[in-house]
Amino acid sequence: MTSNRATVSEYGKRFKSQYRRQRELSPHLRQLEAESIHIMREVAAEFDRPVMLYSIGKDSTVLLHLAMKAFWPSKPPFPFLHIDSLWEFKEMGKFRNELSAALGIEMIVHVNEDGRTQNINPFIHGSALHTRILRTDSLLQALDEGRYDAAFGGGRRDEEKSRAKERIFSFRNTKHAWDPRNQRPELWHTYNTRIQPGESIRVFPLSNWTELDVWQYLLEEEIPIVPLYFADERPVVKREGALIMVDDDRMALEDGEIPEMKRVRFRTLGCYPLTGAIESEAASLEDIVLEMLTTRTSERAGRLIDFDEAGSMEKKKREGYF
Amino acid sequence: MADGDGADELRERLQRVGDCGVLRFITCGSVDDGKSTLIGRLLFDSKLLFEDQIRALEHDSRKYGTGGHEIDFALLVDGLEAEREQGITIDVAYRFFNTEKRKFIVADTPGHEQYTRNMATGASTADLAIILVDARKGLLTQTRRHTYIANMLGIRHAVLAVNKMDLIDHSRSGFHQIVSDYMALAEDLSFASITAIPISARYGDNIFQRSKLLKWYNGPTLMEHLDQVEAAADDVLDKPFRFPVQWVNRPNLDVRGFSGTVTGGRLRSGGTIRVAHSGKEAVVSRIMTADGDLDRVNAGEAVTLVLDREIDITRGDMLVEPNSPSEVSDQFAAEILWMAEEKMHPGRSYLLKSGSQTTPASVTALKHKLNINTFKKEPAKSLDLNEIGICTLSTSKLMAFDRYKVQRETGAFILIDRFTNQTVAAGMIDFSLRRASNTHTHVMDVNKARRAELKGQKPAVLWFTGLSGAGKSTIANLVECKLARNGRHTYSLDGDNVRQGLNRDLGFTDADRVENIRRIGEVAKLFLDSGLIVTCSFISPFRSERQMIREQVERGEFIEIFVDAPIEVCIERDPKGLYAKAQAGKIDNFTGIDSTYEPPDSPDLHIRTSEVSAETAAETVIDELVKRGLIG
Repeated sequence: MTSNRATVSEYGKRFKSQYRRQRELSPHLRQLEAESIHIMREVAAEFDRPVMLYSIGKDSTVLLHLAMKAFWPSKPPFPFLHIDSLWEFKEMGKFRNELSAALGIEMIVHVNEDGRTQNINPFIHGSALHTRILRTDSLLQALDEGRYDAAFGGGRRDEEKSRAKERIFSFRNTKHAWDPRNQRPELWHTYNTRIQPGESIRVFPLSNWTELDVWQYLLEEEIPIVPLYFADERPVVKREGALIMVDDDRMALEDGEIPEMKRVRFRTLGCYPLTGAIESEAASLEDIVLEMLTTRTSERAGRLIDFDEAGSMEKKKREGYF
Repeated sequence: MADGDGADELRERLQRVGDCGVLRFITCGSVDDGKSTLIGRLLFDSKLLFEDQIRALEHDSRKYGTGGHEIDFALLVDGLEAEREQGITIDVAYRFFNTEKRKFIVADTPGHEQYTRNMATGASTADLAIILVDARKGLLTQTRRHTYIANMLGIRHAVLAVNKMDLIDHSRSGFHQIVSDYMALAEDLSFASITAIPISARYGDNIFQRSKLLKWYNGPTLMEHLDQVEAAADDVLDKPFRFPVQWVNRPNLDVRGFSGTVTGGRLRSGGTIRVAHSGKEAVVSRIMTADGDLDRVNAGEAVTLVLDREIDITRGDMLVEPNSPSEVSDQFAAEILWMAEEKMHPGRSYLLKSGSQTTPASVTALKHKLNINTFKKEPAKSLDLNEIGICTLSTSKLMAFDRYKVQRETGAFILIDRFTNQTVAAGMIDFSLRRASNTHTHVMDVNKARRAELKGQKPAVLWFTGLSGAGKSTIANLVECKLARNGRHTYSLDGDNVRQGLNRDLGFTDADRVENIRRIGEVAKLFLDSGLIVTCSFISPFRSERQMIREQVERGEFIEIFVDAPIEVCIERDPKGLYAKAQAGKIDNFTGIDSTYEPPDSPDLHIRTSEVSAETAAETVIDELVKRGLIG
């Protein structure tokens, strides 16, 4: 069933004319929404050059939606930034372009040109090098070039152990590094936004949301997301236990590998060679939430880059990864 | 898969999750009370753990666990690598789970005394505190401290969770003894409710499942209680309306909206609000949201208000209920929890942030500090990390606020160090010391401008800072001579004429140095007001105090002159023989020897006296005054 999927163009109209919501949002989502909006307004008021990271994923899309609501009827007073790793699913770029056009927001797309020139390829160079050059380094380049003093990200505390202890306003030194032992105490809803030139703050308005909250909010708010989240027949091969989708001809098949059409969907989106699909019949947001309520694996299980070793996310974050 | 009926059923099911909104709570206890185990148990029993997380937990339990082959729930929540290795919880960790009624946000806070600030962080947004006690040990010093902090931070509901009941054979009398001890301890505190529950986190007794071994207990299980207890969000609904303005929303020339979150009470469209600072009132014509205009708005909601008339409102203003407005003052009494390694010094200038207001502020008096292990008041001159003080504060700008006990969000503030930008204190306002409306400055007919005009000059403060022996007084003296020769009216302040009189009561500790400079700043300001050019020669080692004086006077009136000489040169010169004494250990707290000097980052003038003569230096200062148009 796909009838309940919101289309991007209908969604864009919602912020142009006076919209009236039909059904009340669930009470706990209203509280989470208000907290996130408060955080965004605080950043807009206190920083000179904020930017919102947009990864095209579901959390990012909720973040963008909240930004549209926080400053409505004005547009969000900051640009959006997408770090294009050159290896994302094709459908993601298409969705990003349609969405920014429909909403009339400024979307900056950044590519690490060094990585492009060196032809960094996750199949050949491995996920660690690929992620460092085309994601972490690329992000730091874009932040330096834009001289951004605050960057919003869609991180949630329920995602991973080291995130559970991160502040909503998370300080970064001039090298963009995070020091978990030296975090500023964060009391009430009073956020310390003071920094020296060259330093910055990463801001996580979805800190207190869980994965289920995000899905439920997408459902209740009728927010469009990339169709890859919904089950469909897609060509996949099984590698190291994960179902990898053959998204373009850059994927060299190994001996004996034959892409199979399977009904799959993705719980997180990123670089297609590093993102495992799950077999699923869930073709609508209702289906997904229902599946969520009965599912037994966490979403990061689909991200190959987290498997290196325990504490790997904490290490990446110290280096500047979001 | 989800057809029409399925979707309805799902909707109904989702509506049930979180019907009562969000409840935030903290768990506190000492190292071995089983705090992390309790949280791990809540996550496990609420069936929110995924298979891969359980597999990782089993793996970690074998590697780091304390319980042999059993699953160690504590490992679920100890996140940072350092904590896992040390087996203690350093930082506040936030956890999430839900039941059919509610979503829960748990702040897992550390128990050690050196992490009091982390506990206060978790407590600041909590509705409820679970105070864990080991049934074998009964109440400990930590129990008292955690209870005090929870109460001070305004948590309304306390749960005394007597854990490890299995280890005292589920003894009813053992439990009741601890409960009666606790009630005596909490007698004078202001919790709205205290609920005592016997539990065993390790085995899940009375957490989700009613214990078969604790049949004598008739009260609610922990989860039954958490599901129904009143959240603070409901409590603030009945308070007077408060709306700190965060951001002015101007989508076009016709609309001027004020965006923010209602922190207390409720408001309907058509209602009247007052701007706390200016006292001006207006009628609310629209309550705007992206989901359509609202007829009414309640505490906790983020909206944009449009008023029926143009009045001056910016970020930092607070819109309040006209019949019960907030306090507006620049002086108040507060409890502060010191959170920085560097001591708190009365008189030093910090930045104070409360809601959307930010202003320079200082602690004018530290009345006493609290021993949080005994609740006793003790005399104090300064505060160390994790100490709590009762003090009075004074702010540069008028502030709108409430008493913390009445409205948490508008009665709270943080202090920020002006140079490191660290959050150094959390404050809870107790009461206003004077009402703004009661004090108005008497306007004199002869003012600063008139006095300066009579003297035919522009007043200024020439602030010479540097190490002892750098040449501050020598240069200041030459500058004053040159000015006098030109018919300028001057006065010179230095250690000799101030320390012997006005500041006779002060010594050389960091706290006294701060107060010394504060008083000198006030005197310099008076002389400035009388139209004089004031030279001040003081070591003045701290950036904060020099910055404070700069901010007290008008732009361009404060000229910071860094008289710079290497410490070796100063020791060599040693005009007063002080370095010799300091090195011999006869003087304590001597700047450059055993007390720090913070050089200016960007002084107005930087004079290196090892390179230029005093005469040349004095000429440079005069040239600067001419360049600035202060003298002709």
